Amino acid sequence: MTQPSPPLTLNQNNEGYENLVKINSDGLNTLSLLVGGVHCAVCIQKIESSILKLSLIKEARLNFSTGRFNIVWEGSSTLANQFVNIITSLGYTVNPYNPDIEKTTLDAENRFLLLCLGVAGFAMGNIMLLSVGLWTTTTETMGMATRELLHLVSGLIAIPAVMFSGRPFFRSAFSVLKKGQTNMDVPISLGLILACGMSVFEIFQHGEHTYFDSAVMLMFFLLIGRYMDFRARKNARSAATDLIKTLSGFATVIEDGKHHRLLIRDLREGMTVLVGAGENIPVDSVIIDGRSEVDTSLITGETLPRDVGIGDMVFAGTINQSAPIRLTVSKAAEDSVLADVVRLMEKAEQGQAKYVRLADRVARAYTPVVHILAISAFILWFGFLNASWQDALMIAVTVLIVTCPCALGLAVPVVQVLASGVLMKRGILVKSGDALERLAVIDTILFDKTGTLTIGKPELVGQYNEKTLAIAASLATHSRHPLSKSLSSSYHGEILSIENVTEHAGQGLEGFYQGQKIRIGNRSWCGVTDDTPHSDNLEIWYRCEQNPPLCFAFKDELKKDSKSTIEALRKSGLTMALLSGDRKNVVDSIAKEIDLENAIAEMSPIDKYNYLEKLKSENHKILMVGDGLNDAPVLAGADISMAPGTAIDMAQNAADIVFMGDKFSPVLTAYNIAVLTQKLVKQNFALSILYNFIAVPVAFMGLITPMLAALAMSLSSLIVIANSFRLRRYK
Amino acid sequence: MSIIIYLIPIALILGLIGLGAFIWSMKSNQYDDLDGAAHRILIDENDDDNVTK
Repeated sequence: MTQPSPPLTLNQNNEGYENLVKINSDGLNTLSLLVGGVHCAVCIQKIESSILKLSLIKEARLNFSTGRFNIVWEGSSTLANQFVNIITSLGYTVNPYNPDIEKTTLDAENRFLLLCLGVAGFAMGNIMLLSVGLWTTTTETMGMATRELLHLVSGLIAIPAVMFSGRPFFRSAFSVLKKGQTNMDVPISLGLILACGMSVFEIFQHGEHTYFDSAVMLMFFLLIGRYMDFRARKNARSAATDLIKTLSGFATVIEDGKHHRLLIRDLREGMTVLVGAGENIPVDSVIIDGRSEVDTSLITGETLPRDVGIGDMVFAGTINQSAPIRLTVSKAAEDSVLADVVRLMEKAEQGQAKYVRLADRVARAYTPVVHILAISAFILWFGFLNASWQDALMIAVTVLIVTCPCALGLAVPVVQVLASGVLMKRGILVKSGDALERLAVIDTILFDKTGTLTIGKPELVGQYNEKTLAIAASLATHSRHPLSKSLSSSYHGEILSIENVTEHAGQGLEGFYQGQKIRIGNRSWCGVTDDTPHSDNLEIWYRCEQNPPLCFAFKDELKKDSKSTIEALRKSGLTMALLSGDRKNVVDSIAKEIDLENAIAEMSPIDKYNYLEKLKSENHKILMVGDGLNDAPVLAGADISMAPGTAIDMAQNAADIVFMGDKFSPVLTAYNIAVLTQKLVKQNFALSILYNFIAVPVAFMGLITPMLAALAMSLSSLIVIANSFRLRRYK
Repeated sequence: MSIIIYLIPIALILGLIGLGAFIWSMKSNQYDDLDGAAHRILIDENDDDNVTK
């Protein structure tokens, strides 16, 4: 080598954070960081107190839900790097907080809904207080004046409350009406306005009944549903932004023989980057110096790390495992394969928005009919039956109120809330309101192999000499290679002391036990002649001095219930396919074990996405089950998706349903409950339509008194709720 | 029945105080980190003192 190259050292220093420090209105420094790996109270305390005990710190507060850590201090901005070093030394990951990711609009929406809920709750509480008096006594005991006072006060509370808290419904109704469509919010808005309007009319008529209580109560309950649904969707929405997070850190750049830290997004083609062992590879690049192993599971889903050396291409988002390497950037960060995956996900998520909920589809058919009925009632009574216009209007309004959207509006949310509860008890988390609706109509299931059908980590198979296992496992504790980890975790005894351990990237480990040289690693490292037969299993070889080498075999075992679950799903008439990024022989042997014909191996994330698109264009409704980054675009693009709780955060965020535990059967449970839920929802719609069939003609004839209308309304809602509760009896 | 002239305003004022408290708690970011609050209650703030004393 002619030119001197800087030493390849492990660079764990965090520099460059001083550029992210902002000055707040009080002239103090503020820094926002994203801290990863926070799980419990102790984590919060450790992180906060480690910073707070430094001098000059004004505030240090960690938001547990979002992982955002705010630090405010006086003095030099370069302290920022020190903070980051302290937190990383505690064992947490730190990333710069990217303000682009900040979901301020979502936060504002969240607050708006909460505020509406609070006001509606206040109004409902007070009006109910007055209504109890109205319901339990008669005018004779109470007196006209008192009754009218109570009506008036109810109205004074209800009307501003409806104007304020009804806005989520009014806005949504108005925006679809402008486009010439309708959704469930149109009848809800109309119901609210009419119930209030008619009550005001009643007050002026010195009437006996007002409906302020039903209006406000309906609004309050619907807002609860709206808020829960919003919270679920808020969590589901951020899948793509998570990916960008991995692109928002720093990289160590070598320029003129000097190291300095640069934001990943500022890396340009041709720069030289140093990546230490255990660090993420920041951009797609080519190795120019060093030899290592790269964990590509994030991109390809492959279980084993890949050996890489000079001239090999490595991809952003993969992890450099065993030794420092130097790279030349071949593509800027925004053109990397990882960034392509981000774009695919964004595209896929937009496609999802086109789905029309069942409730809205019913509303589209239902609202015009009801409105036409009301108008024709008015025309009939006023035009043909010679009623006064007030009476005719009253009958028209009664028709509208009696077809009250309460029962229809409740038909879907009640069942969904109950179904989510039933699933939650079984460790299945439903993240979006309409997930079960979409799950019930699928005809195809695609799944990933590693971590979905299988446990996700290779496990030692076969019988071994205890002493040999003890020595090999003790040596293996010195390496982070996944097979080494499995080897050491399959041994439960005391760890023996091994001296002079050295790790040779891409080959194996060497050490001395009681003076004897021992090695574990690949075939050539342990001097295995290549005529030993290969099996489908993964292997580590072990050799002690000149004794013949010994093989430890590993296998990523199927989850215990994978086979029976697939069997049951097939009986339900679903077609299935296995899409894996892993090698063909591994995938084929798994496919054979679970008796699945359709298994495709060696697929990139983009291949998987294209496969999905092809199926979608053939009008299939698809459920995707997967756990890795390589599945993320498909998870986001499929009609409905599920991820195990062991999946990476991004896959969990992209999925609509997350299931806990190391089983595969939750896929079947969720599907069965979704089908049952849909059945109940349809029954609910049938019940509320049946109610309308009886109530509307009676109202149309002008036979319904306001009291009867109110009673019928409540009764129809109760029937729908009671029917929904049948879901609880599921097994 | 004239008692309700007083009772209704009292009920309303109590309700409004509750609503005010809710709006205040929301404005002071108490709903931003719901999970964190559940964990923070477990932090014993005297821990450090016990060690140093």
